[in-house]
Amino acid sequence: MARLNVNPTRMELKKLKNRHKTAVRGHKLLKDKSDEMIRRFSVYIKENKRLREQATAILKDALTQFANARALMGEAETENAFSMPSTSLELNLSTQSVMNVMVPDIEVKADHRGGMPYSYAQITSEADYSVRRITDAITILAQLAAVEKKVQMLADEIVRNKRRVNALEYVMIPQLEETIHYITSKLGEDERSALTRLMKVKSMINEKNGD
Amino acid sequence: MAIIGNGDNVLAFKAGGVDAFTAKDAQEAREYLRKLAKEYAVIFMTDGFCRELSQYLKRFNETAYPIIVPVPDGDGDFGMELLRTAMERALGVDILFGREDK
Repeated sequence: MARLNVNPTRMELKKLKNRHKTAVRGHKLLKDKSDEMIRRFSVYIKENKRLREQATAILKDALTQFANARALMGEAETENAFSMPSTSLELNLSTQSVMNVMVPDIEVKADHRGGMPYSYAQITSEADYSVRRITDAITILAQLAAVEKKVQMLADEIVRNKRRVNALEYVMIPQLEETIHYITSKLGEDERSALTRLMKVKSMINEKNGD
Repeated sequence: MAIIGNGDNVLAFKAGGVDAFTAKDAQEAREYLRKLAKEYAVIFMTDGFCRELSQYLKRFNETAYPIIVPVPDGDGDFGMELLRTAMERALGVDILFGREDK
């Protein structure tokens, strides 16, 4: 591992030791964050799967009915029957912070007005059924939308976080440790050489003074 | 809410109070998406288009809104695929679908 390009001085050593401390602490925190994110992610992903399966089933049903209704009625009538919304879905859009990631949070308020948006005389019963099912499907789809986005965003964030953890663990911290070690031994070496020099000088002076 | 779809099926969504837009191909769907992304918070899109525009859809993952949701249209299940790749990327293991493969 490459060591940092710094002068082996006491000042640098002190600075590096502080940086090392921060890096280790940061690494621990990020690792904890990563663990917690993964835990939440697995919760969301299960919910996501459940909702999607549910939505797919209902939607399939609704669309089959819709196809039936269309087959039984004329083009213009179908257009008429389905163009008017029978329910007004109110979405409460907000954002929520999951581990500091801003994710969407949707609250669905379906307002069933009861009746169908057309007169019963000209429309087949398949259409009624289809309209009702599609409303259910959309309610679930809206919930699914929020959860799915959460999963996607959390996944991105987990990957990003993992990269940070790895950068600290395998690059930053070893680098700092190596540099600290280098400076410590260098300083020790300097000290020893100074000491031996002094001893040598002393013995030389003693010799000269002619004992 | 809005939906972009490739056939008459999107008409069914109209009855549920969703604004429907019909696109002939992925290019047209992309144009719609670009416009609608500014106005709608939730945009549904049929699976086929989502698969073709998957690269384009990635940019929407940066912000909370708008949300693009793939809706199954009988042509594979792109939503589940997305879920699976997200999971594999984040966790490195398959915790949901593992048993189904074997």
